[in-house]
Amino acid sequence: MKLTSPIKRRLLLAGLAVLLIGLFFFVMLRSGPLAPIKVTVAQVKQGSIAPELFGIGTVEARRNWMIGPTVAGRVLNVKVDVGDAVKAGQLLAEMDPVDIEQRLASLDAAIERARSTQAAAAAQQADAVARRALAVSTMSRNQDLADQHFISSGALESFTQTKASADAALDAARANATGAAQDLNRAKADRAALLQQRANVRLIAPSNGVVSARDAEPGSTVVAGQSVLRLIDPASLWVKLRVDQGRSGGLAQGLKARIVLRSQPQTSMPGTVARVELLGDSVTEERIAQLAFENAPVGMSVGEMAEATIQLPSMPQSLIVPAASIQRQGGTTGVWRMDAGKPVFAPVKPGVTSLDGQTQIIDGLKAGDEIVVYSQKPLSAGARLQVVDAVVAPAGAAGAAQ
Amino acid sequence: MISLAGRDILHAWPKFVLTGMGLGLLIGVTLSMAGVYRGMVDDAEALLTNSGADLWVVQKDTQGPYAESSSLRDDAVHGIEGMPGVALAANVTYLNMQVQRGSDEARAMVVGIEPGKPGSPAQLVAGRPLTRSHYEAVADVKTGFSMGDRIHIRRHDYEVVGLTQRMVSSGGDPMVFIPLKDAQEAQFLKDNDAIVNERARTSANPAFNRPGVPGLLDAAIASQTSSHSVNAVLVQVLGGYSPEQVAEPIRRWKHLEAYDRAVMEDILVAKLIATSAKQIGMFLVILAIVSAAIVAFIIYTMTMGKIREIAVLKLIGTSNATIASMILQQAMGLGLIGFFVGKLVATLWAPVFPKYVLLLQSDALRGLAVVMLICALASTLAIRIAIKVDPAEAIGG
Repeated sequence: MKLTSPIKRRLLLAGLAVLLIGLFFFVMLRSGPLAPIKVTVAQVKQGSIAPELFGIGTVEARRNWMIGPTVAGRVLNVKVDVGDAVKAGQLLAEMDPVDIEQRLASLDAAIERARSTQAAAAAQQADAVARRALAVSTMSRNQDLADQHFISSGALESFTQTKASADAALDAARANATGAAQDLNRAKADRAALLQQRANVRLIAPSNGVVSARDAEPGSTVVAGQSVLRLIDPASLWVKLRVDQGRSGGLAQGLKARIVLRSQPQTSMPGTVARVELLGDSVTEERIAQLAFENAPVGMSVGEMAEATIQLPSMPQSLIVPAASIQRQGGTTGVWRMDAGKPVFAPVKPGVTSLDGQTQIIDGLKAGDEIVVYSQKPLSAGARLQVVDAVVAPAGAAGAAQ
Repeated sequence: MISLAGRDILHAWPKFVLTGMGLGLLIGVTLSMAGVYRGMVDDAEALLTNSGADLWVVQKDTQGPYAESSSLRDDAVHGIEGMPGVALAANVTYLNMQVQRGSDEARAMVVGIEPGKPGSPAQLVAGRPLTRSHYEAVADVKTGFSMGDRIHIRRHDYEVVGLTQRMVSSGGDPMVFIPLKDAQEAQFLKDNDAIVNERARTSANPAFNRPGVPGLLDAAIASQTSSHSVNAVLVQVLGGYSPEQVAEPIRRWKHLEAYDRAVMEDILVAKLIATSAKQIGMFLVILAIVSAAIVAFIIYTMTMGKIREIAVLKLIGTSNATIASMILQQAMGLGLIGFFVGKLVATLWAPVFPKYVLLLQSDALRGLAVVMLICALASTLAIRIAIKVDPAEAIGG
């Protein structure tokens, strides 16, 4: 017993030491800096990706009108309010006509006066005609007498002059009558112009629509070009979409889109690209497109924010990899390809990336290659890896654990 | 020749093993403290590495974007892209904030990035990179968010589409990456009440609301709500150019400040985290001294406990050298056990710390050397006592 005891103890101690050192190296190699890097891998697949564009925008009215006077003036009355539906031709508001009525009365009087003048001219003309007829008959009678030498040629000249004067007087009377008629026409035209001006102070709806703003109240003065009312056509609401320039390739008229309004985040509404604007926004670096709703929802407000996803034509079959696997190493784009259990950096030429995170590979890989998708740490060539299903516990598992 | 030390250890092995383990826990604490310090420095390094930049272009005369606030216009990046030697340049914004996570909050650094350009997270652990230009986020796992969660930042909700690991700010706060335009809005856009108040203030200003100039007020209001600023431009340098070569013309002609990696590290490590690092360093020094003292006392008391046996050994004619080597061997053995246990526990509890704890192999080796040295030094004290022991004590005492 006395002999075996120290041996037992020695064995026990040696065992403890081996256990400690073993545990030490095990822990060092599992969780310290020397531990293998946990990664997930995926195979390069053949497939086609459905590229999409994403943008945000605001609901706007395609047709809207700013109704205001063409000259400065005071607003007399406004007959409609915000939200009222109006018909084309409906009187919306009136500007104060100030002195137009008085000027109309003055012109009416001027017209009457022109008519009187015209009547006087007609009478004068009739008088001249009568005088001339008398002069003509007197002259022809005296001509006969002169031909038979009953009167002197001097007496005849006096009658000839009388007839010439009567001719001239008739011409003058005719011209007077024409002038009087022109005066009347001018006064009538002046009145018509004033009537036009009086019509112009009445602000009329140019089209069917809804009043969207009432900018001036009766009594306020507005300058030419300032609006009193604003109208929109509610049937013409569309989304003015802003798409990041860097991801706007393929944006074209007629593409199908899904629109989500901020007020209805669960509902996705179908739409189409109605117009792609030629002018982009150089400050925000965005392209602008208009999306029309297929069925415009009711109760939509102008200025509401909307998100839209536009479907581009699907691409031909190509190699695809998860976008998370694309890495940059010192200015080169590539992926970590698994080569006999060790990672090798393979430069690739990536193509387009779909919104759900699939990237097309144009060059650098072949179908069936295994590549690293997620990794715990930055990789280096030949690093020790441990391939796992997921680097972090998926959301469901984490939720269950909590 | 029989090992005196081994014999003695075998004689009272539980005491020896337990003392070694206790010592190990103490060494574990010291190593962890060193790890905390290294972790702080590594947080700063990780921030720089993860941004993937060779140059940080910031507002003139500032040490931004991490140590000081810096603001420049977001179109400055185009001018920089055209400078010689620039491979890639990207706008980036940084905003420290509390983000809502369900009913509680998480401290995070919200980073506005242009996906695929410098500044975006290099590798993910789940999900996918940002592909939409709005309302998506990639979050660090430390924020506690998981895939599909919605993060509320300022006015909008962001869906978590990807997760990263070790993407932290210099203070160790986990990062949340969102698209640049959203981040600019989050950083510079005021809340609705402030905007409405500001509009009212502008409308009341006769300079902006003049009768007879329709549209002036609208233009003035529109100019107030623009948010075209960023905190920094991250630049990757073309091969063949040195960062300084690229930085010099940017400083001279663009009237901006450009820092390379070395200067940025200096700003972060020497300036930003200097005080807290010194704090930890001070604590580490005290802990090391205390550990050394405790090791010395343990070995001293161990020897004092065996003083009678040593006297007997002397009496039977054992040489001083043999006795000294016995004490030294025991001290070294204790140190070895302590080191292994310490390193083991430090590695085991390091991931549990809320902030990053980095245990470097070089620190461990240095620690081993220091532990062995301290044990050797401490044993000299005990050896001196042992040698001075009068053999007569074996009989008399």
